[in-house]
Amino acid sequence: MLDQNEPLIALDNCGVYRAKRWLVHDVSLTIRRGEIVTLIGPNGSGKSTTAKMVLSILKPDQGTVRRFSGLQVAYVPQRLSIDWTLPLTVDRFMRLTGKINASEQAKAMAATGVNHLAHAEVRTLSGGEFQRVLLARAIARKPDLLVLDEPVQGVDFSGEIVLYELIKKIRDDLGCGILLISHDLHVVMAATDKVICLNGHMCCSGSPKVVASSAEYKALFGERAASTLAVYEHAHDHTHLPDGRVQHSDGTITDHCHAEDGHHDHDHDVSAKVDSIMPSKGERHV
Amino acid sequence: MFDDFFSRALIAGVGVALIAGPLGCFIVWRRLAYFGDTLSHAALLGVALAFLFEINITLAVFGVSACVSIALLLLQRNATLSSDALLGLLSHSALALGLVVLAFMTWVRIDLMGFLFGDILAVSKLDIAIIWLGGAAVLAILTLIWRPLFAATVNPELAEAEGMNPDRVNMIFMLLMAAVIAIAMKIVGVLLITAMLIIPAATARKFSSSPEQMAILAAAIGALSVVGGLFGSLEWDTPAGPSIVVGALIVFLLSFLAYALKGLTPNVDPSSAPKMPKRKSGHE
Repeated sequence: MLDQNEPLIALDNCGVYRAKRWLVHDVSLTIRRGEIVTLIGPNGSGKSTTAKMVLSILKPDQGTVRRFSGLQVAYVPQRLSIDWTLPLTVDRFMRLTGKINASEQAKAMAATGVNHLAHAEVRTLSGGEFQRVLLARAIARKPDLLVLDEPVQGVDFSGEIVLYELIKKIRDDLGCGILLISHDLHVVMAATDKVICLNGHMCCSGSPKVVASSAEYKALFGERAASTLAVYEHAHDHTHLPDGRVQHSDGTITDHCHAEDGHHDHDHDVSAKVDSIMPSKGERHV
Repeated sequence: MFDDFFSRALIAGVGVALIAGPLGCFIVWRRLAYFGDTLSHAALLGVALAFLFEINITLAVFGVSACVSIALLLLQRNATLSSDALLGLLSHSALALGLVVLAFMTWVRIDLMGFLFGDILAVSKLDIAIIWLGGAAVLAILTLIWRPLFAATVNPELAEAEGMNPDRVNMIFMLLMAAVIAIAMKIVGVLLITAMLIIPAATARKFSSSPEQMAILAAAIGALSVVGGLFGSLEWDTPAGPSIVVGALIVFLLSFLAYALKGLTPNVDPSSAPKMPKRKSGHE
């Protein structure tokens, strides 16, 4: 059994250098049991690259990775295209990288609402259905570390809330560490323990404040949604120029952000960006 | 039964089909048809080297095919050329080198046609032993690496993230391919091996709902093609190797017909994938 306090994985100043540029550099993070760490940032900010270092798909060109040996890992990749030449049912796909207990499999598929698709061919699934299958597969593996790269893409909005709650429930039930990736700066989970904002490097990290308790928000979403969705608002004191340099609030320009610039401790306000979003009708059983 | 040349041909051919079917599925899934061609073209260089150094032909072909596989892996990592350009380069260079080396050895008189199109009717008891024992070894190894190899075929990153070693199983798979080329060369010949790998697997695809099912079905369809091709060859006095491939093609075309007819009858199995109704995007 893994020690509760020992990090499942620790990245120390890691970076990946490809084709004469750093895809991401100087990333340090640890994931412990029962902890949800969320990576956010715009496209190309190095979220998936960081996740691949955590998964040891990519070897860092800088820094060190410490990984608990014998770690059971489950991965929900951002994109997974199944070649049409592959005869692959959902049932077989669930057991792709290891044997899974049949009742565990049925439970996991019921939890993400795909138990009726067990005999469907994977390539006939819609994007949202496939995303749920990927999540079910990850749950059924009973991982120590779960890495989710944009797990709710293609899922309709009310389903999104259910899936975010499910992720929280996975953490509570399995006690695993979760690394969650989102390109959406506005919607991160209230249950996230730590948020890391990437933009080629670590802009900032810390625990998100849950302020989604305003009356309007509750009125629009209801109590349950309010505790699930929150907005992570940014107040950076530096801007990234198109050439990769950094302009600080006092107008100076440097090649990188520096910790001593004091921009790593700015506040993150959490409020709701809810105007365009309809409340979910009826809650799904998860 | 081993004393009759036609029985030997049947036993050898069926043996090759049973190995080629499952491996051929991976060739189809991974879109490696051109890779199969490259390895089999390189086999001719193996034949030439076997005559030059007076070593066993099967071993020499395996050695050269394995070297080409490894060269391809290394070139893919470092070169700026695309895979198909690299394969074209390796494939035809190896074929040309083989033909040139053979031409230099004026003291060797070999039947080139036999190597290009196979010489199944001259199969010896030793050949049968090599096919069945070698084939059993190949299938045993394939069974052992089946799960990681299939996972790496679906998605190498997912397999790697979840504790499998795609690089290692890919390397083993390439060596298995080299072994099959070496074993099968005598039966269908250098130019037609890829057909034995691909056509039965392509035929099996439409009737399979799982990878394991497709592998077994491909082996059975390959065996059927061999039997049909060899009897056709005996009946109409056609070359054995090409006749087997024509047999496989006929089975493939017939399967289209069978599938079309099956499609016309109402499907009563609700779990069948093509009949699976698409769910609406909402799920309330």
